[in-house]
Amino acid sequence: MSPQSLMLLAVAAPVLGALGVVAAQRHPNLREALSFAAAGIALACVLALAPSVLSGGRPEVVLLEILPGAALAFRLEPLGMLFALVAAVLWPVSTLYSIGYMRGNDELHQPRFFACFALAIACTLGLAFAANLLTLFLFYELLTLITYPLVTHHQDEEARHAGRVYLGYLMGTSLTLMLIAIVATWAVAGTVEFTPGGILGGEISNAAVGGLLALFVFGIGKAAVMPMHRWLPAAMVAPTPVSALLHAVAVVKAGVFSVVKVIVYIFGVDRIAGLTSVDWLPFVAGFTIIAASVVALRADNLKRRLAYSTISQLSYVVLAAALLTPLSVIGAALHIVTHAIGKITLFFAAGAIYTAAHKTQVSELDGIARRMPWTMGAFTVGALSLIGIPPAAGFFSKWYIMLGAAQGGHWAALTVLGLSTLLNAAYFLPIIYAAYFRAPADAAHPHGEAPWPMLAAMAVTTTLVLAFFCAADVLLGFAQQIAGGAAG
Amino acid sequence: MILDHLPALQVVVPLMAAPLIVLLRSGRAGWLIATLVSWFALAVAVMLFMRVQSVGVISYAIGNWPPPWGIEYRVDALNAFVLVLVSLIASVVLPYARTSIAAEVPADRHYLLYSMFVLCLCGLLGMAITGDVFNIFVFLEISSLSGYVLIGLGRDRRALHSAFQYLIMGTIGATFYIIGVGLLYLMTGTLNLADMTVRLAAVEETRPVRAALAFITVGLSLKIALFPLHVWLPGAYAGAPSAVVAFMAGTATKVSVYVMLRFVFGIFGVRLVLPDLHLLDMLMIFSAAAMITASLTALFQKDLKRLLAYSSVAQIGYITLGLSLANNDGVTASVAHLFNHGITKAALFMLVGGIVLRVGTCQVDALAGLARRMPVTCFGIVIAGLSLVGVPGTAGFITKWHLVLAALQDGQWWVVAVVGASSLLAAAYVWRFVEVAYMQPAPADAVTRSEAPLQMLVPACAMVAACIYFGFETSFSLGGARDAAAVLLGGLR
Amino acid sequence: MTVGSHYSYWVTILLMIAGLYIVVARRNLIKKLIGLAIFQTSVYLLYIAPGKLIGGTAPIIAEGFTVYSNPLPHVLILTAIVVGVATLALGLALVVRIHEEYGSIEEDAILEIAERETTAQEQGGDRA
Repeated sequence: MSPQSLMLLAVAAPVLGALGVVAAQRHPNLREALSFAAAGIALACVLALAPSVLSGGRPEVVLLEILPGAALAFRLEPLGMLFALVAAVLWPVSTLYSIGYMRGNDELHQPRFFACFALAIACTLGLAFAANLLTLFLFYELLTLITYPLVTHHQDEEARHAGRVYLGYLMGTSLTLMLIAIVATWAVAGTVEFTPGGILGGEISNAAVGGLLALFVFGIGKAAVMPMHRWLPAAMVAPTPVSALLHAVAVVKAGVFSVVKVIVYIFGVDRIAGLTSVDWLPFVAGFTIIAASVVALRADNLKRRLAYSTISQLSYVVLAAALLTPLSVIGAALHIVTHAIGKITLFFAAGAIYTAAHKTQVSELDGIARRMPWTMGAFTVGALSLIGIPPAAGFFSKWYIMLGAAQGGHWAALTVLGLSTLLNAAYFLPIIYAAYFRAPADAAHPHGEAPWPMLAAMAVTTTLVLAFFCAADVLLGFAQQIAGGAAG
Repeated sequence: MILDHLPALQVVVPLMAAPLIVLLRSGRAGWLIATLVSWFALAVAVMLFMRVQSVGVISYAIGNWPPPWGIEYRVDALNAFVLVLVSLIASVVLPYARTSIAAEVPADRHYLLYSMFVLCLCGLLGMAITGDVFNIFVFLEISSLSGYVLIGLGRDRRALHSAFQYLIMGTIGATFYIIGVGLLYLMTGTLNLADMTVRLAAVEETRPVRAALAFITVGLSLKIALFPLHVWLPGAYAGAPSAVVAFMAGTATKVSVYVMLRFVFGIFGVRLVLPDLHLLDMLMIFSAAAMITASLTALFQKDLKRLLAYSSVAQIGYITLGLSLANNDGVTASVAHLFNHGITKAALFMLVGGIVLRVGTCQVDALAGLARRMPVTCFGIVIAGLSLVGVPGTAGFITKWHLVLAALQDGQWWVVAVVGASSLLAAAYVWRFVEVAYMQPAPADAVTRSEAPLQMLVPACAMVAACIYFGFETSFSLGGARDAAAVLLGGLR
Repeated sequence: MTVGSHYSYWVTILLMIAGLYIVVARRNLIKKLIGLAIFQTSVYLLYIAPGKLIGGTAPIIAEGFTVYSNPLPHVLILTAIVVGVATLALGLALVVRIHEEYGSIEEDAILEIAERETTAQEQGGDRA
């Protein structure tokens, strides 16, 4: 198959899967088989696309001319490829996990859940392939809307409130700031195509560049740069598989992916490097890193702690992109991948603990490793990766971000990274310590490990965390191409 | 050859159909004739649109009296577009109307309603097609008078009072318009639009011309329901039969906007309007006020039809805002939004009509858990609602894009902020419905599943599909609007 | 160009303002319609008066007549009168229907009843 049809099939497969799920809603086994089939097809398509992109191919499909000069179009480049790979690899894994979770917790509305889940992946892949800002914006908004039923899955008052916050922040920022930023880009450049080296010509002033960047960074609410971060903790009312795949991987990464993409392909790293008006971004990102870590430190709810950790880690990517050096851009791209697999492992573990032991608070986890050794093992590896300790994948991306910071002489950024590593350790290590070394508080309450599909999913992601440390050069191949594109 | 007489057929056929329906005295025959007439009108409008695209402006002299003495029907890119919009909405609403009207209006009045419906259609088409300013007044009154009757046929007695209020306000508006036309006639000695434009150049600095501009603007603003002259609209929309609102919300105010576009750009020209009169600045402020206050009011309505009516007032603000920006993208946005909002609002009111039929009320609080009972209707409202908000992939987004672009080109940052705020408010009032319909549990005694009848659901869903379709395929809506903007602004360069 | 020679305009303006005032100020629906009719009548005058030339005749070409009045305003106003009559008739018909339904033609009374009904309906919605 040609790369073009592979791209279309990769986006179409989850949509068809969702339709199949709705059609087969009375047959759980068929429904889940269809989910897997769709996930498998999407994964196969994305994997098949990877070699051609690695060898310099940039397949392109134009679907529809929406506005004159701005079509609904896909064009695959290394950054999008990387993001698509993350989403496509983790989707089947989390489908496996979701089956265990949804059955284990007797959740209602499972057909709707799996259908929306698949559609969210379709939107994510569409966003990863987007050839211009208009296409990206379209899938960005669709992703918000399609994940709303997932966030409000339980349909109670709490879910309704969280849904309002979720939509309010995400649509509020994108429908105002991001739309204005895109239209302004169009007005200035006459195009919204993603182009290596950026599309902003020489006409736009220093201050205007800064303003435009602010509109983008705060308009892309999914990147959760403070103060646009509140929706992420709110979204934690969703079932854990949603938090795991969407609010640790697809949705939030769509946000930082968009930010990186805008900085690299709209502004152009070289175009804005050295402009005084963009200097504020590393500080905002740095502040978010530290502040979110501090909040995570004090959160007792496990998912809430993970959510704030996500906010902090997302700003790593923003910070790395904002440093505007080739090495830091590599770091940003790598961190999208490494944080995704690390964080999904942690959420899987949190969901496993909830399913098996019905525990949600950090303070309840004393001694739990004795009952759930596999789960806590996965949790430990994930946590190490996020802290950035070898032999976990997170070490790599952090290493490149720090190299980039040093290369650009951003000593403040280096300090932030160092401090935040300490904070990461401070909020993860006590959990691990308590789980392994404290005596269980409620010995009377018997429970064992989580259901096998959840364990299997965790095993896969844990393996990935470790494997990427050993085989990082594959990722590096893509990331270096992005940096090459940024420089050229 | 018959093709040469298309402009006349566009108006004459609905005009003849109205008395025919009354003579037949049968609701069923009336509906059938009305539907066929609307389809015929659509066919004629589409043919006119294509002819304008291929051969340019079509001028048709009624009774073979040559303009500027006789009445001229003049079709260019702008009004061909409006003709398609009006007849399209009529031809989708009428198939829908049969079931809806049967449920809401006593059977002995059906034929009268359909007669008034085609008369209203005739008036709106006539307003759009004619090139004579006095003729516009006549058609305006034809459409308005039949409109008052249609609204007064609502099943609730409050509709009568709404119709009366609308009659008073509408007549004042039309009379203001005719005063302005009279002053223009006194100054130029012509009633032909094209001729007036030429002759006005010699006298445009005089006081009567300015007074005429003021009278016409205020008069049309009343018909458009531009804030703060919108007070008649919510009552009228809330009281009228659902099919009637679906039609009028999509067309009546839109055609008046068209007339305003003609006057502001075609006759007076930005030369006069812009520099020292600040008319456009005032329009901009009122439009912005409409977008914010009407959206806020909509947020607190308890009746779904009233909510949508206030939303209409806000959306009319989008249209006049584009007009007031007076640059290419702004006018394009304005004209495109005539179409995009027309189909969106028609879809919404048609779906709400289904709710009224099944639930018996459209009080928002009574609709808890409706999504389980009427899943297609509710989903349709969500999609059309997203188009109202201007989410990408829907028709509303196309307009908003151009509106923001126009404001940015003009350097009007506060306008950009107003557009943003207004779409957030739109999201809020759409989401009020979503939360009630999807999140709240249905009352215990609720019927499990009762979707609106197919005769209503299919046209309504076709309209919803159009909201999506025109969000992606913009060659008609946007291309047509672009050509229209070129016509309007062409004389200025 | 004295004030007196423009008296037709003064009458027009007077009628216009008087009519509009009655529409706004009166709460009785019939009186509102009367005001509306007066308002519309002012427009007839606005059109007709300037069309008349003192000493002019109907525009029929014949020996000895060189000054003609403009016939077009008369034609226009004939149309406008028809429209005005139709509006008035429809307005009165609506008032008859309103009187049947509400038993009053005073706007305040009608609004009060309508208000009450709206509130009742909303509370009905709350109950359901």
